[in-house]
Amino acid sequence: MLELKHLSYGVSDGGGKTDILRDLSLTLEDGRLMVITGPNGGGKSTLARLVMGIDQPDAGQILFDGQDITGLGVTQRARLGIGYAFQNPPRFKGLTVHRLLSLAHGGDLPADQCCDYLTKVGLCSADYLDREVDSSLSGGEVKRIEIATLMARRLKLAIYDEPEAGIDLWSFNMLVDTFKNMLRPGGPSVIIISHQERIMELADELTVIADGRVRETGPRDEILPRLMGELTDFCSFGRQTMTEGRRYGQ
Amino acid sequence: MDNRQIFEALSPEEHALLGSIADLDAFPTGAFNLRRNGQGAIRQSSDGIEIRPKTDRPGIDILVAPGLKGQSVHIPVILTQSGLSDMVYNDFYIGDGADVLIVAGCGIHNCGDGESRHDGIHTFHVGKNARLRYVEKHYGSGDGTGGRVLNPTTQVEQGEGSYCEMEMVQIAGVDSTLRTTQAHLDAGAKMVITERLLTQGSQLATSDVDIYLDGADSSAQIVSRSVAREKSSQLFHMSATGNAFCHAHIQCDSIIMDDAKVSSVPAITANHPDAAIIHEAAIGRINSDQLLKLESFGLDAQQAEEVIIQGFLK
Repeated sequence: MLELKHLSYGVSDGGGKTDILRDLSLTLEDGRLMVITGPNGGGKSTLARLVMGIDQPDAGQILFDGQDITGLGVTQRARLGIGYAFQNPPRFKGLTVHRLLSLAHGGDLPADQCCDYLTKVGLCSADYLDREVDSSLSGGEVKRIEIATLMARRLKLAIYDEPEAGIDLWSFNMLVDTFKNMLRPGGPSVIIISHQERIMELADELTVIADGRVRETGPRDEILPRLMGELTDFCSFGRQTMTEGRRYGQ
Repeated sequence: MDNRQIFEALSPEEHALLGSIADLDAFPTGAFNLRRNGQGAIRQSSDGIEIRPKTDRPGIDILVAPGLKGQSVHIPVILTQSGLSDMVYNDFYIGDGADVLIVAGCGIHNCGDGESRHDGIHTFHVGKNARLRYVEKHYGSGDGTGGRVLNPTTQVEQGEGSYCEMEMVQIAGVDSTLRTTQAHLDAGAKMVITERLLTQGSQLATSDVDIYLDGADSSAQIVSRSVAREKSSQLFHMSATGNAFCHAHIQCDSIIMDDAKVSSVPAITANHPDAAIIHEAAIGRINSDQLLKLESFGLDAQQAEEVIIQGFLK
């Protein structure tokens, strides 16, 4: 179980300080999928980085399976079973896709298993195993490989930061199916930061973060209709379709 | 003793050097020349590849018969005698239409306080439509205070339609190196140079590469990757001159760490309106997102750094 208690985080800004998260508390039970949504700049990605340990909160506490992990670094949290898919994944000169997936797995990952993960994110695996994760790959390809690295890990908690960004329509459908299949008994708890209605529809819990606070959180069936209603009221032209499904807050 | 017995009687340090620089864990089949502490120790020609000692100066001539396919030559040099300075001239004649792999390399194990130095001057005459793959690894070991110095000079004359791939690697432990590489390419010739360099401590490395694309439709690709650690210094001069319709691409990438210094000086010259030459150079620290990504797999900071460096220099 993940428990965030009274988290605050700010950044220095020309002599002053800008609050990104303000006294934010949230709980995710084991094996549940939470989708976090909300306007850009609301603090969603910061929250994910705090959970992974990339940034440290100014105040508050993070508990994972009852253990206080607030003071732990990225490596220690990774070893406890937390994984994070970057919104803008880095590229590596000289590291092949196969090697990267093996590093994620924690040992040599057989080619057929690599291929299985790559197929799930819409990449024709045989073409990719020996390719380097460098600038020869497109943004969408790097993003899909990033998602595959989380699949290759043995996780208790997987965090995906806008997995749909940069992914084409065909791969997006496949990605939605992949997330759907991930929800199995004994599988990891999952946090997905997303603006996509079709991803929100997969959630057990839906949380809206705005202005650094939890505006609302609860079961999907309770939150999603209200959210979509708001969107319809806000946009006089009604429900819009962008690329795939509706996007909240953009 | 025959050649195999001489090989097997080498010391453990010498065997370790041969493993590092030429992947030679056992006596090789095919053409083989071992130079050891300034002397020819083993010389073995093969069908189609003749190794001849020079008579006017130290070194050997290596003659690959025209049309010979799928053969290899190993010509490693090892120095374990502290304070020895060795200079050698090796000339390679690759016959027209031949396809050959040459594995060179020099290893210095210096446990003493004298400077050990090897200057290898290699000249390649690559025949028409021949294919050459050349691998050269440099490595230093030993805990002596004496310097380990390697100054390789490589000169290449490429005939029409030939292909030459050169992989030049300095693995570790070389205190000072000046690498000089010069090539002239005839019509339709293609050259691919891959250079990998790692320096640490107070080591110095300089690499000067000059490529002249003299013939129509010749092309060159040079990829240099280096890592400079601690207080080491690196200096790269990469130059391509287009004297005809040609293509050249030079790419220099360096990772700088600690208190190291890296300088990359490009020079591209076009003496023909159809010469297309590109130079890219970049120097920078390891990207923090790369480290974070690997740490988020459970690697610690040091392991993550090693994975990035090893991948970069692969």
